[in-house]
Amino acid sequence: MTAPLNHLQMLEAESIHIFREVVAESENPVMLYSVGKDSAVLLHLARKAFFPAPVPFPLLHVDTTWKFRAMYEFRDTIAEKYGVELLVHQNPEAVERGINPFDHGPLHTDMWKSQGLRQALDLHKFDASFAGARRDEDKSRAKERIISVRTAGHRWDPRRQRPELWNLYNARKAPGETIRAFPLSNWTEADIWQYIAAEDIPIVPLYFAAPRPVVERDGMLLMVDDDRFPLRDGEVPEERWVRFRTLGCYPLTGAVESRADTLEAVVAETLATRVSERQGRAIDRDSFDSMERKKREGYF
Amino acid sequence: MHGSVAASAQAETRAAPPLEKDLLRFITCGSVDDGKSTLIGRMLYETNSVPSDQLETLAAESRRFGTQGNSLDLALLVDGLSAEREQGITIDIAYRYFATESRKFIVIDAPGHEQYTRNMVTGASQADYGVLLVDARQGLTEQTRRHARVLKLLGVSGMVLAVNKMDRVRFLQDAFDEVVGAFAAFAKEEGIEHFDAVPLSALTGANVAAPSTAMPWYDGPALLRLLETVPTGLRAKRAEEPFRMAVQLALRPDEGFRGFAGTIASGSIAVGDRILVQPSGHASTIARIVTMDGDLESAGANQAVVLVLSDEVDCSRGDVIASADEPLPLATRLTSELVWLSEQSFSPTRDYVLKSATRSIAVRVDLPDGGQELALNAMRTVSLETTGELPVEPYKAGSLFGAFILLDKETQATVAAGMIGALDSAQSGLRNGPEADIVWFNAGGVEDSGHELSRIVAGLSANGNRVMAFDDGDLQESVCAGLDRGSAEWGARAYAVATLAARSGATVVVATASPRPEGSDARDVSQASAIAPDWVI
Repeated sequence: MTAPLNHLQMLEAESIHIFREVVAESENPVMLYSVGKDSAVLLHLARKAFFPAPVPFPLLHVDTTWKFRAMYEFRDTIAEKYGVELLVHQNPEAVERGINPFDHGPLHTDMWKSQGLRQALDLHKFDASFAGARRDEDKSRAKERIISVRTAGHRWDPRRQRPELWNLYNARKAPGETIRAFPLSNWTEADIWQYIAAEDIPIVPLYFAAPRPVVERDGMLLMVDDDRFPLRDGEVPEERWVRFRTLGCYPLTGAVESRADTLEAVVAETLATRVSERQGRAIDRDSFDSMERKKREGYF
Repeated sequence: MHGSVAASAQAETRAAPPLEKDLLRFITCGSVDDGKSTLIGRMLYETNSVPSDQLETLAAESRRFGTQGNSLDLALLVDGLSAEREQGITIDIAYRYFATESRKFIVIDAPGHEQYTRNMVTGASQADYGVLLVDARQGLTEQTRRHARVLKLLGVSGMVLAVNKMDRVRFLQDAFDEVVGAFAAFAKEEGIEHFDAVPLSALTGANVAAPSTAMPWYDGPALLRLLETVPTGLRAKRAEEPFRMAVQLALRPDEGFRGFAGTIASGSIAVGDRILVQPSGHASTIARIVTMDGDLESAGANQAVVLVLSDEVDCSRGDVIASADEPLPLATRLTSELVWLSEQSFSPTRDYVLKSATRSIAVRVDLPDGGQELALNAMRTVSLETTGELPVEPYKAGSLFGAFILLDKETQATVAAGMIGALDSAQSGLRNGPEADIVWFNAGGVEDSGHELSRIVAGLSANGNRVMAFDDGDLQESVCAGLDRGSAEWGARAYAVATLAARSGATVVVATASPRPEGSDARDVSQASAIAPDWVI
C-alpha cells in the first residue's frame, strides 16, 4: 500500500490528468504562456504529463511589447531549456498604431491581449488552448469549468458550459467551437507558491525582492523598466526594495515593498499576507464586474 | 487604496500553514434561504481566506447590495456573477477554496432551487462529503430529503446536517433535536447509515469555527473542526480496491520506449505485477513505472504515471490496465441510472456516445417500456448497448468504472450522467488471453472500408503485432467463390480461414459484410477508431 497523497500531489495528478485528456481529445492544442509563475507551474505540469515524450504542443505568448524586460529574457530561455516550441504573437494592428498603456487605457488590454489572442488562435487554427487561470483568482472565475467551451469568435456563453462529473472531462467540440482548458482550476495562490518551492521551478527574478527604480502613482508602485515610461511632473524614480506578486505589462503592474529575496522568504510572505495578488493589476479595477465582462469578450 | 497597503499587508499576518495537508472536497446542499452563501462566506472569513482587498470591496458591496445593514454581508463573498447577484439567486455550481492547518478544502457550492438535480448530481459526483444545510426555523424540508437522496445515490456516504439560523430560534436545543430526530427517521428509511449534526449560526459564527457559548447543551465539534477530521472519503477508499488504470495516451517518443499514461483509478501497482489489458485480455507484467521525477518501484491510487509493460501487447487509449487477478467485468449491455443534464431532451433518433473512464464508444439508449421522454433533470433506469465491450462494474462509492457520461454526437455536449446498476449477465464475464486473436471487421455499410481496414491494420501493427488481413474480395477469389456475399456460409468459411491463419500467432483481421458464425470467438469491430490508437505521441 502506498502512502496517501498530500494536497499538492493530488492537485498535480489532477492537472496531469486534464492535460492528457485534452490532448487526446483535440487535434491542435496549444498552451498559452504568459511568462508568469502560473505559466511556469503549468509548463512544469505539462512536461510531467507527457514525460518521457516531449510536450506535444507549442507554447503561445500573446505579447503586448510592454512586458518587463526580465520577462522577455526569461521567456527566451524557455524554448531551449525545455525543448518546447515557443510562438510569439503581437497584434499587427496594435503594433502599427503604437497602442500603449499610457495613452490608450482599456484599449491597450483589449487590442494586445483579447484581440491578439483571438488572432493567434485563428491564425494557427488551434482547437484547444491550455491556460493557467485559477478559480480562486476572482469571484467571477469560481464557476468556470475546467474545460470551457467557446463559441465561434471565442465567446464565453454561460449557458453553453458543460457539467463536469467525476473525472470524466469532455474536451470534444462541435464545428466552430474551441476549448479552453484550465488545469490549475483547483489550485490557490498558496498552492502555486508551495509547489514552486517543492519542485524548485524556475521563475522570473522579478518575483524576488531587489532594489528597483519605482515611482508611486495612483496608489501603485510602478517600476520604471525602460525609457518609454513617461514621468509626470515631479516624479523621480527612486530605488526601493520591491518584488511583484503577479506579472503583466510593467506600466500596469504594481510592486509590493518587500525584502523577500529568496523563494523561502517569498513563500512565507505570500502565505502570511492577506492582500490578493490581483490587487497589483490595474486592469481589474476598471469597473465593478470587470473580469466577468472581459471573459465574455474573450479575455481569459 | 494607497501605496501603504503593501506595507500594512505584511503586518497582517497569520501563521504559515504546514506544507503537508490532505484534501477534502465537500458539497454544500441547501438554498440561499437556508443561509448557505452566508455559511460559506463565514468559513472563508474564519479561515482567513478572504484577501484584505476583497474585504474592502465586500464592505463597499455590503452597503450597496447587502441585507445586513451596516454589517458585512458575508454571502456577497460567494455570490458570483452579477446577473445572479442582482436577482439574489445562484444558477450554477461554484467552487471555493480554503485551508486550515491540516487540510485543504474544495467547497462545491451547488445551488438549491434551480436545476437542482443537474447541479446536485454534478457536485456530488466530485464530493467526498456532504454538508446539508437546514433552516432551524423551517425544520426538515422535502428539499433536504431530496439532497440527501442524491448524495446517497452518488455514493457520498459521509454527511453532516448543519442546522443553521440557531440564533433565530433563541439557540434552543429543542429546535435542533427536532430536526435531527426527523432526519434520523428519514435516514433509517433511506439506508443512510451515519450522519453528523451541528447546530450553528452562519450569521453570528456560532459553532462554525469555534464552539459557541450560546449553546452549552451541544458538546460536539464546531463545523470546521468536524470537517477537518472526517475521512477524505471516496478517494481514500480507492486505495483498497484492486488495481485499475485507464489508459489516456500511448507514449512513444522513440523506438526504444513505449509507455501508457494514465491516472491510477484504484489500488496499487508494483514493478513485476501481473496485469491484463482490457477489454482485449492480453496479459503482461509491469516492467517500469515512469515519472519525470524518476522511476518508481510502486504507485497507488490517484497518482498520474506512465506504465511500461514487459511485452509488446496491443494497448491504447481507452483500454484499462487491471490487476491480472481481479480484472474488471466486460459488458456491452448495461442497466443504468441515467440523469438527463441537457436542455435538449433525449431523442431516440439522435446519436449518443458513452464515455467511461477514457473510452468513448457509440451507444444505444433504450428507455423502459419503449418510452421516449427524458428531459432535463429527469432520472430514469435505462438499458444501454455499446458497440464494443467495456470494462465496467456496478457503480459504488469510489469506483470510476461504474460512472459514465453521455455526449451528443452532433453537438458534442455532455447530455447525461450514468451510474451502472447491473451488467447483463449473458454478456459480462472475463476473457482470458485470447487463444486465437481474430478481429472481425464488420465492413458491411462502411464507407471506404478499404481505408478503414488499413487503419485497423496500422493500429494493430503499431504495437509490434504481426497482422494479416483479408477481405470479401480475397474470399470471393478463393474459398467463397460462387457463394452469396453476406450469407452465413460465407461467414463460416471466412472464420475457418481466419482460425487457421491465427495459428501462426498473427492477429488476423477479417473485413467482411457477412455475419460472424454463432459461437465463434473474435473481436467485433465496426470502425477503425475502436482499434487504432486515437493518439500516439
